[in-house]
Amino acid sequence: MSKKASPTIEKKDDIATSACGASSQAPVNANLAKPEKIELYRKMVRIRRFEERSLRAYLAKKIGGFLHLYIGQEAVAVGCCSLMGKDDHVITAYRDHGHAMAVGMDTKALMAELYGKITGCSKGKGGSMHYFAPSLNYWGGHGIVGGQIPLGTGLAYALKYKGLKGAAMAFMGDGAVNQGAVHEAYNLAALWNLPVIFVVENNGYSMGTSQERSSAGPGLAQRAEAYGMNWATCFGHDIYEVRATMDKFLKLAREESKPAVVEIDTYRYRGHSVADPDQTYRTRDEIEEYRRTKDPIQVFQQKLIEEGVLTDAIIEQIDTEAKAEADLAADFAEASPYPTPDDIQKDVYWESDNPDQRASKGRLFFD
Amino acid sequence: MAVLTYREAIRAALSEELTHDENVVLLGEEVANFHGAYKVSEGLLEKFGPKRIVDTPISEAGFVGMGVGASMLGIRPVMELMFWSFYSVAFDQILNNAANVRYMSGGLINCPIVIRGPANGGTNVGATHSHTPENVLANHPGIKVVVPATARDAKGLLKSAIRDNDPVMFLENTILYGEKGEVPDTEELIPLGVADVKRTGTDLTIVTYGRSVLHSLVAADILEKEHDVSVEIVDLRTIRPLDFDTVLASVKKTHRVLIVEEQKPFASVGSQLAYMIQREAFDELDGPIHRLATIDAPAIYSPPVETEQLPNPQRILKAALAAVA
Ligand SMILES: Cc1ncc(C[n+]2csc(CCOP(=O)(O)OP(=O)(O)O)c2C)c(N)n1
Ligand SMILES: [Mg+2]
Repeated sequence: MSKKASPTIEKKDDIATSACGASSQAPVNANLAKPEKIELYRKMVRIRRFEERSLRAYLAKKIGGFLHLYIGQEAVAVGCCSLMGKDDHVITAYRDHGHAMAVGMDTKALMAELYGKITGCSKGKGGSMHYFAPSLNYWGGHGIVGGQIPLGTGLAYALKYKGLKGAAMAFMGDGAVNQGAVHEAYNLAALWNLPVIFVVENNGYSMGTSQERSSAGPGLAQRAEAYGMNWATCFGHDIYEVRATMDKFLKLAREESKPAVVEIDTYRYRGHSVADPDQTYRTRDEIEEYRRTKDPIQVFQQKLIEEGVLTDAIIEQIDTEAKAEADLAADFAEASPYPTPDDIQKDVYWESDNPDQRASKGRLFFD
Repeated sequence: MAVLTYREAIRAALSEELTHDENVVLLGEEVANFHGAYKVSEGLLEKFGPKRIVDTPISEAGFVGMGVGASMLGIRPVMELMFWSFYSVAFDQILNNAANVRYMSGGLINCPIVIRGPANGGTNVGATHSHTPENVLANHPGIKVVVPATARDAKGLLKSAIRDNDPVMFLENTILYGEKGEVPDTEELIPLGVADVKRTGTDLTIVTYGRSVLHSLVAADILEKEHDVSVEIVDLRTIRPLDFDTVLASVKKTHRVLIVEEQKPFASVGSQLAYMIQREAFDELDGPIHRLATIDAPAIYSPPVETEQLPNPQRILKAALAAVA
């Protein structure tokens, strides 16, 4: 694979399934009812269609700043978040659209946020990198590489403090593992047995830098050994494998308050952000090879066809509906108003937003 | 009223708030078994146990960030920095996470965290351990900044800070830890954002905060006795929110202003105040606004010279005389 020392890709004629044949038999997958499997599939398709629609909007200059697409990685967020119970929490980095949809955020509010509209999930104040939904146990959406990892550890700390049997999943990229704050968080989690799973989504590159050019040592997850933490790697193109692996560690976290590092191999098809060049550090062939052999939607579709869960008609219907949903979200975003300059100083302090409950006095804002 | 040291007053505030709310927890380096690098938390481990009083590894970014994350889920962590000087390694967590997360979430999240510890020079520990970042912190909308000068203020303000739903940076002072002062026997919550006139006068307003309040009080006595200058001292107590009304009222009374701060002068709290005073009380001023800050260089080690680098009664006296000349 690209991220390893050799840049050549092992050619496979078929969609990759061999690496993960057993995972479909794991109880967490075997026990899924047909409609639940279809929902997992639908979620991945919805994310992809949403992001493709957002890319069109970006190219039409409806969206500012960066747009970090998750296309190619959908099985990771959908697989992990599909395992969430009521006391499980999620936090991630700036490539956050997939996780937001995986926890159930509304695509209208997500698209409107990209458009910078007041109807956006953060009222147009966060943008693409900063989606939040505390009511869905989703804590962002963070723009500083690795900066969210101590926060995720804090979510786990709070769960344990309150005696709740939940776990936090703190997602990061393969580049983030080299941030000091990540290692401080690893140590705290291991030292205090906090119920957090550090999920490294290894898509092979941090911007244009491959793993071999950025990370010393044999593997990213293996660094957990230094802290005496459990770790695993996982083939992230197969949602069954993602679920089987994560289920194990989530249970250990919830039941025994054990942290872990899980490195999930995945791949992004688009540039780091959509405006970034994409051929300076990898070849078109490499991208095409992943698309052809390891696309998470194709991999799962194939399996569900083989299982007799999906038919061509259902596949078609799901796709049509996902496209329609994305279009509807774009229409909603387009039609929504922008925030006004009066909104700029709202949502800065809890106290200024709740003046009737304010205890402090004096000026909170300056000019 | 009981007479407590500043240290004991802070400890009392912690103890009361730990009792008041089970979600309050004290975390930091050496706060539990060691009783705090400056003994602020002495006895708290014995009283509240290891779940509430927690020793952390030396990982400011990690544990401050962890506290911010926990506060998003309703814990009220009080994080002790052994010195505020170490905020630099946790700065990303403070400004990008504590200060920004409410805003970026469109108001869905709040972080009721307190980060506290000493921030001062004057103890001959050199440039790495003598930072006074109140201006840097206050530059970030979303966080609040408190700098108490007396035992009573330290206690009443810390209690309010812990109950506050926004992130509060609480800057103490190692030299003040041993200073004694009267503290009411009954519970007192001093609201953030209320300045305190520590001395009334008619000829000159000194606007100040933190340890410089004590120096200013000494200077004011000399000015009164030896120079017949009557000084009013406004102790801001809180930098953000800022009680500018009290500053204005004093300026309107004395018409002359000296700002004293243990801060580097460039883009300091005093710069902001000077701008605001000229903007809102220009016609009240009988002369230019004067300012006395730390001499603009990294903190010098040399003990006798460090005293001269910082505001001290003699430097304040000189600056005050210039301001009323
Ligand atoms: C502290 C910090 N340094 C640098 C950046 C700029 N930056 C944004 S994303 C990125 C690459 C991160 O790659 P990775 O962690 O692998 O995540 P991926 O983009 O692959 O999802 C960089 C260098 C940043 N946002 N924050
Ligand atoms: Mg990456």
